[in-house]
Amino acid sequence: MGPPALRGVLPVLLACAGLAVLQLLLGGLPFFVTLASMVGINVILAVSLNVVNGMTGQFSIGHAGFMAVGAYAAARVSMLLNEVAISGLPEAVSNQVLYAVALLAGGVAAAACGFVVGLPSLRLRGDYLAIVTLGFGEIVRVVIQNTPPQTSPGFWAMGGSLGLTDIPSGRSSLFSTWLWAFLVVLVARRIAESSHGRSLTAIREDEVAAEAMGVNTTAYKVRAFVVSSFFAGVAGGLFAHFYETISPGSFTYVRSMEIVVMVVAGGLGSTTGSIVAAVFLTLLPEGLRSGFLALGGQAAAQVAEQVRMPIYGVLLVVLMLARPQGLFGTRELWHRRKAKGAAP
Amino acid sequence: MSYFLVLLVFGLWSGTIYALVALGYTMVYGVLKLINFAHGDVMMVGTYVGYATALQWKARGATGRAWTPGMGQVLTIFFVSMALCAVLGWLVERFAYRPLREKPKLTALITAIGISFVISYGFQMEVGFLPGPAPRAFPPLLKETTWLSLRGGEVTLSNIQVISFAVALGLMAALQWLVFKTRFGRAMRAVSFDHRTAALLGIPVDRVIAGTFMIGSALAAGAGLLFALKDSQVDPLMGTQQGLKAFVAAVIGGIGNVPGAVVGALLLGVVEQLVVGYAASSWRDAVAFGFLIVVLLLRPEGLFGRVTAEKV
Repeated sequence: MGPPALRGVLPVLLACAGLAVLQLLLGGLPFFVTLASMVGINVILAVSLNVVNGMTGQFSIGHAGFMAVGAYAAARVSMLLNEVAISGLPEAVSNQVLYAVALLAGGVAAAACGFVVGLPSLRLRGDYLAIVTLGFGEIVRVVIQNTPPQTSPGFWAMGGSLGLTDIPSGRSSLFSTWLWAFLVVLVARRIAESSHGRSLTAIREDEVAAEAMGVNTTAYKVRAFVVSSFFAGVAGGLFAHFYETISPGSFTYVRSMEIVVMVVAGGLGSTTGSIVAAVFLTLLPEGLRSGFLALGGQAAAQVAEQVRMPIYGVLLVVLMLARPQGLFGTRELWHRRKAKGAAP
Repeated sequence: MSYFLVLLVFGLWSGTIYALVALGYTMVYGVLKLINFAHGDVMMVGTYVGYATALQWKARGATGRAWTPGMGQVLTIFFVSMALCAVLGWLVERFAYRPLREKPKLTALITAIGISFVISYGFQMEVGFLPGPAPRAFPPLLKETTWLSLRGGEVTLSNIQVISFAVALGLMAALQWLVFKTRFGRAMRAVSFDHRTAALLGIPVDRVIAGTFMIGSALAAGAGLLFALKDSQVDPLMGTQQGLKAFVAAVIGGIGNVPGAVVGALLLGVVEQLVVGYAASSWRDAVAFGFLIVVLLLRPEGLFGRVTAEKV
């Protein structure tokens, strides 16, 4: 796989080239771009949540909260930098650089929240952690709802319950969304295969035993939480720039649960599973809606929208009863099959 | 001062309703160590059952006149909805939780979330008998009158408030009696302590757990109807909101602890009303969770909970 110096960057460079070609070929099809962006954002959310819920075995149900922090931070940074142009660069390039800055700001803001929430609350076990993360998501939403309208001065003008509508347009692209999706998969994979990942697995399998073996469980859990919330924040930024309007209503408990369903359906601990489930569960409602629209018109399409959430619920229950390990269990596509008779 | 008293009365009133729901959470958690996320939605179903029953009578009554239900009808409404919810609680336990009892706890938690989704979003569909997402006006079961007025009418207690208090306190006392004075209660406490040993000693664990679910669900239905008396409307998402807050109350008091749940719920109700009264109502929903996080950080076992050391 090339010289060692290249090993780190080569996959990213290859992905850049591939995505650039994809962007040139398919970037002009609005329907495809919409679907692909939604899928990409959900893949980032699911894979990043899997780092905490799957690999580390901590149950977080407040991912939408981190996504909201990232979305609002990125959107505000973009809005403040809207008039700025980097001298010496064409406008489009300058905009993309600023977009990247905004996304990073969103990620960092969410990661900081992840650290603040994670440090004290990760001492709590199982159910309690779940309820604290849920509480965090709700608190973020209420805080945003109480911010001043977007026309008022200052960074904290988050638009209250009406949301932000002046997010600079035309920055979101297939290329950037899928590059981030690629990055999160790469990071998740590298974490899983490193000694860091082994420690996370140890924590998942038996926290007390891991601690007895000298794993600093709190530190590892907080790190997993920070990585996960960073990417959730980036996904939020991508979401904000794709839709160009956000409001607290986009980041409710339901949104968190959608991501949890993806991770659980794919198999807790499997990055491959999270990707497959995110793609499938994003396209399924769209497919249902289009199908019903073609068959029975507008009224039937509304029914399709209404049955989506109950179906998610049924899916969760049936999965837990019939196949609690999800689609992939903890396996990955890139694991080589073990030779027969080899020592485990 | 009278403003404070008004807030206090309102706080205690919403607190008693949280308390009835919180008791269901705390009982189930005590027995199964499971957060029954669907509990709030069972409460919502109970309220809708009461709503449907009341509408039946209202439709049959003489047109053009306001329908005022008699005492018997009100009691019947409570009874019907509590009984149906007990059945619903039993169904959920039997078909969703029991098969998973020996599996890792996380699977049961995820199942609970799934059930909650099925019920709350199922009720938002506009198919068949399902009511759809719009809130409905709950017919007034009682005519509101002032029973007690203090400080020249600045602070008032209405009959609905007093009756809610009384019903809630009565149900709580009954529960306390059930848990500590009856055979079933003793079995419940034994199962909660160690369900394997309890089974070895001949306690019908399945039946005790099913019974716990039924009692908890019936209490939730009662709470839902009291809540509908207060807010005079029902909507499919009321269960999720109320349920989460009641759960928070149970955790604050120390989950698994019956008096703790009541104290936690009253405390939460009062704190919420004080925030609404002195700050802004838009912060109301953040209070419960902020309060929860503070309590969990300072005293993770809750105000009345026991510290349990983990044995390996």
